[in-house]
Amino acid sequence: MSDIRNTAPHGEDFEPVPGAQSIDVQGGVGAGHLPPEPLPTEDKSYSQTQLVWRRFLRHRAAMISCAVIVLIVLVAYSSIGVGPIPGWWDKTYLATYDKIGTGSPTLTHPFGQDAIGKDYFAMTMRGTQHSLFIALGIGVLSTILGTLVGALAGYFRGWVDSVLMRMTDVFIVIPLLVIAAVLGKMASSWGIWGLTLILGAVTWTGLARLVRGEVLSLREREFVMAAQAVGTSASRIIVKHILPNAVGVIIVNATLAISSAILLETALSFLGYGVQSPDTSLGLLISQNQNAFATRPWLFWWPGLLILTIALCVNFIGDGLRDAFDPRQTRKD
Amino acid sequence: MTTLDITSPGPQATPGDAVLSFEDLTVTFGTDFGDVHAVKGITLDVRPGEVVALVGESGSGKSVTSMTALGLLPGNARVGGTVRVGDKDVSKLDGKGLRQMRGNDVAMVFQEPMTALNPVLTIGDQLTEGLQLHGIAFGKQAEARAAELLRMVGIPEPERRLKQFPHELSGGQRQRVVIAMAIACDPKVIIADEPTTALDVTVQADILDLLRSLKEKLNTGILLITHNMGVVADMADRVAVMLKGDIVEMGTVEQVLNNPRHEYTRRLLAAVPRLGVTSAAPLVEDHTEELPALDLRNLVIEYHRLGKPAFRAVDDVSFQVGPGEIVGLVGESGSGKSTIGKCALGLIPAHSGSVSILGQDLTKLRGKELKALRKRIGVVFQDPSASMNPRLPVGEVIAEPMVVHKIGDDRSRRRRVLELLDAVELPRSFYNRYPHELSGGQRQRVSVARALTLEPELLVADEPTSALDVSVQASVLKMFTNLQERYRFACLFVSHDLAVVDMLAHRVVVLQNGEIVEQGLREDVLHNPREEYTRRLLAAAPVPEPVEQRRRREERHALLLELGDEIAELHVEDGYERPGVDLPKGHNPYTTIDGPGV
Repeated sequence: MSDIRNTAPHGEDFEPVPGAQSIDVQGGVGAGHLPPEPLPTEDKSYSQTQLVWRRFLRHRAAMISCAVIVLIVLVAYSSIGVGPIPGWWDKTYLATYDKIGTGSPTLTHPFGQDAIGKDYFAMTMRGTQHSLFIALGIGVLSTILGTLVGALAGYFRGWVDSVLMRMTDVFIVIPLLVIAAVLGKMASSWGIWGLTLILGAVTWTGLARLVRGEVLSLREREFVMAAQAVGTSASRIIVKHILPNAVGVIIVNATLAISSAILLETALSFLGYGVQSPDTSLGLLISQNQNAFATRPWLFWWPGLLILTIALCVNFIGDGLRDAFDPRQTRKD
Repeated sequence: MTTLDITSPGPQATPGDAVLSFEDLTVTFGTDFGDVHAVKGITLDVRPGEVVALVGESGSGKSVTSMTALGLLPGNARVGGTVRVGDKDVSKLDGKGLRQMRGNDVAMVFQEPMTALNPVLTIGDQLTEGLQLHGIAFGKQAEARAAELLRMVGIPEPERRLKQFPHELSGGQRQRVVIAMAIACDPKVIIADEPTTALDVTVQADILDLLRSLKEKLNTGILLITHNMGVVADMADRVAVMLKGDIVEMGTVEQVLNNPRHEYTRRLLAAVPRLGVTSAAPLVEDHTEELPALDLRNLVIEYHRLGKPAFRAVDDVSFQVGPGEIVGLVGESGSGKSTIGKCALGLIPAHSGSVSILGQDLTKLRGKELKALRKRIGVVFQDPSASMNPRLPVGEVIAEPMVVHKIGDDRSRRRRVLELLDAVELPRSFYNRYPHELSGGQRQRVSVARALTLEPELLVADEPTSALDVSVQASVLKMFTNLQERYRFACLFVSHDLAVVDMLAHRVVVLQNGEIVEQGLREDVLHNPREEYTRRLLAAAPVPEPVEQRRRREERHALLLELGDEIAELHVEDGYERPGVDLPKGHNPYTTIDGPGV
């Protein structure tokens, strides 16, 4: 068998011209082409998803980032618990404790204490919980909205496209921070759910444009035409044929949306429009303690470091996914 | 694999005078799944004024071989052995040396002229770039030289063309520009990688004439990479046949094409479809009583353009496809043949006229009725890798029409898919494979199986084999004919390849610029053409037989002269100055006019 490509995986010999059966249409013609796409040589069927997954698992930075994120999530939720369920950390983020010295990190309070003696570890964990929840919520919501709008606009074009895209333009021309601040203030009575919904509803625009572009090019592909020629309905073509092929763009941008949502929530809380005291978030903690930076720097550093770590990790995962979905970016070994 | 070198023991050239030589060349790509050996130790040389054809099917390593001569392989490739261009060893050159060598010593003519030219730069900019980079001419001088090059390759009004952009030129003219760029610095050797694959057959003949005169008049060595045996017969002095990274046979063109020694070469030649040799199934019984499967009457299709009058792609076309009949729709690119195919599928609307399928007017149907009619039409597209959703396994691809039309349950669908896999001669284990794991021919079989899922009464096949290698094409066509005899579907077979149509079709319709030139029974149209255009088409198709091809070429030249056209060639006068020598300002000795059409 040819060792250039695994084109006859079972070695079945059915071509009338036996010597030529394992020769592929894409392999040799064209100039400056890439090496034949790496394909599995063992007798196993890999779907595209499996190939992507393989490449993702080999992306070192993304794998380390995944581990760090999982660790942060586990610690944040298990330490102080969620709602009525208690965690393994014996202090709460609301109670005040006797201040030990200046409140700098000690064994009892590993992250230190704030000005009135609250346990800063519990507060930071609570803030991390909120920030993660909001970020993930915004990421998921804006991805769903953006995909929907983009897919409809791109597939149907015409007036549907015009209406949806002009609507997108309206969202884009208003500065995100302003609209988020105004709506966030209005929704603050609904707690972090309201904030998540509102922010998700204004951050889908970028993805909508990307998905629209992708769908516009995918809808001209022959397999879509083939599906149309059989009589496939528009909804089935979008869901079954187009979106699975745009999933790379969507997933990659969802991760990037999550990391920018963390920063957006932080910025809003810092400005006082996001999560309201006495509840807390990482951005709010920084805002409350910005004056303490010189005297009690730990109050600034712990939430700051967490924001940095989470945003960085999510970005690395996005990077890894992009590399995994785009096999042309082969690494030079 | 052993190489059969049957080069005649004539005056053997010493290695020194070859302009391009590969010695024991190996190329290995490092991939995620281990090393892939693309080229496994080949030895080959090209002498001045000689055309060496490197033949092989896709994946045989012929393009990779040529890339080593330019040092243009991607980063994960490892090259072993030596590649010499003139007296330079390519592997010993650094970045600067490589850049100096490219263009000066070796140049490339690419397959697809549209992508080889930069769409945002004018022709002039692109031509003068090479001249300036290699310090041959600058400013006004470079422009004059560029105009001179365009004149040499037979482009009329070169001064005006210099200011135009690639999209303003036709495909054949673009390829002439690419050739002009290749000869700009007067390289010793030109690598032509499938230079005519993207072109129409009449344009191909012109470009081949031009390339031939290049070697005769400039004494340039040409390494011609192609899969088309007709092109080989037309152009080559020597032929090397590649299979899976090895040269299996090498010799003069007469030796290899007329007396192939290696099994593979013989099979390759046997698979080439030839005009007038095959006998398609006799015409089916008279069906005038029955409703035609496809009935086009005065069909006009227009493409609307913003701010410009609509472009009429198909103008007043009428023909019928009877039940169980294969009608070949032939024409060059832009003739509207694919547009008609798409219109017959209801994918684009007709401007006027009617498209009746099985007695129902497609243009008047909406919603449910349209869907019901589509159930009875199957379609096979040109590129099997593009026409299948890469995210669905083969089984689902084939079952998709049944799911769409809600036919059967999971078990009966599965049974039907397995049945179809048998019918297209694919193993049943392919059910769970993904399209990217299949070869081109296998994919096209899946695509045919999908088209037959609902047992259509009409099949529209849009160039179903033109993306396939010749041996794969032969087997797919054979399978196609068998299936047609078995299922008796009517078929509109769109193709640019006259030989393929000659193998299959009962009737032939020849299109030019959206209008029907000639239609009738296959024997009449293809063997005794009445119209001038059909004769031109037939004369331009090369055959894989050097002596016969030479005769056909002369015949074609005679036909062109008779029709008042010129034969494409390089226009070089005796006073032609090799670049590198100072050109006098306004030096302009070439005053030939080229024939129209390209």
